[in-house]
Amino acid sequence: MDLSLLGWGNSGWLDEFSIGMVMTFSVSIVAFIISLFFGVVFANFKLSSYRSLRIFGNVYTTVLRGIPELLVIYLFFFGGGALLRSIASALFGYDGYIDLPVFIIGALCIGLSSGAYSTEVIRGAILSVRKGQLEAAYSVGMSRRQVAIRILFPQAARYALPGLGNIWQFVLKDTSLISIVGFVEIIRVATLGAGSTKQPFLFYFIALLLFLFLAWISQRVFYRIEAWSKKGEKSLQ
Amino acid sequence: MDFELIYTAFPKILGGLDKTIILALASLSIGIILAVIIALAELSRYSIIKNVAKGYVYLFRSTPLLIQIFLIYYGSGQFHNFLDSIGLWMFFKDAWFCAILALSLNTGAYTSQIIRGAIETVPFGSIEAAYAIGMTKLKAFTRIIFPIAIRIALPAYGNEVILMVKSTSLASTITIMEITGVSKKIIAMTYQPIEVFMIAGFIYLMLNFILTQLMVILERYLMRHTY
Repeated sequence: MDLSLLGWGNSGWLDEFSIGMVMTFSVSIVAFIISLFFGVVFANFKLSSYRSLRIFGNVYTTVLRGIPELLVIYLFFFGGGALLRSIASALFGYDGYIDLPVFIIGALCIGLSSGAYSTEVIRGAILSVRKGQLEAAYSVGMSRRQVAIRILFPQAARYALPGLGNIWQFVLKDTSLISIVGFVEIIRVATLGAGSTKQPFLFYFIALLLFLFLAWISQRVFYRIEAWSKKGEKSLQ
Repeated sequence: MDFELIYTAFPKILGGLDKTIILALASLSIGIILAVIIALAELSRYSIIKNVAKGYVYLFRSTPLLIQIFLIYYGSGQFHNFLDSIGLWMFFKDAWFCAILALSLNTGAYTSQIIRGAIETVPFGSIEAAYAIGMTKLKAFTRIIFPIAIRIALPAYGNEVILMVKSTSLASTITIMEITGVSKKIIAMTYQPIEVFMIAGFIYLMLNFILTQLMVILERYLMRHTY
């Protein structure tokens, strides 16, 4: 094994891998935020008093938990391109090729898929806030908005944290799928490196280690956040 | 909506269903055997065995399945000569072998945690009672602990089965033409992703629906004495 391959600069791949890691991390952050957004919206739908919203929420979670993420990615990348081009030619008369913003669309695909899991986590968290807490808040004259912001959200967030930590890990791993449509993150760098140096094991193994590193760091961060969120609980016991 | 495309593409995509099912069934069956072994290793008294099992689970749970598949399928190519000399190359050059190996190792790691969790929640009184009437460790495990643990683990395992069906789609990245692979090919040929997505999505949802129902039946069968 030639270790000069792992140096910085034109002959080495360390700089490419660093960029790949930054890309994996940043696309995961965006996807996670999108996932939380879908999670909050659809959890509210599923808990809504309107039957049609509940059905809509159930359809979303059932469909997206049952369909592979890869298929969603293919739909958006092939369908999104065609859609963008038809909009461009209809509105601006532009008939050329439009490159899809891989970063945003990729994050959207992963966010949409994992949003179904976030929905369940957030719904569970909202349901585990004790009724008495809400009743007490209403009884002291808080408005619905106030109850949601001051009582429901802080407690639900605490219950949701462990589940959301799992979703983050899930998102981090799933962003690897965007490499299949050409997004340059860790795995794509490894594929390019493996192709040009004929050392696939070395390159994929490094990619594996980088993912392990990211997972380890995230685990520690979430552990800290969880400990911090439980700060107030001890004094109540 | 292009109904003619749906009419012609449906049988083609359905043709990939058998490959999806074979991939899922093969890796789930190998994975569950692996999972029991890992779960027992994790509960072992010897710290070496325990740590090896923990390391394995950590490695496979915190890295993407895609990279596990690539590492086995493409990565083995780097050791072509070595693998050839010990007669294993005929396996590693086969995409099916690599896909099933990666999927099994992956689901084994996840399932082992479900089984370990279940074994740990078996009521201690039941185990004590088994020892009290003179059962050996092995007997207590096969007759008391395992049957109870399986029932506790079943709902979580149902989720793992669905996740595995979804995961088989990654086999398409190493040339296996299962549902997602066929769908991608048709999308690339026709540029009509929405219709193709609907067909493939429908097949996956049906498959998952049937599997969920089977799990419910299995659960009811195993729980028949509890009511």
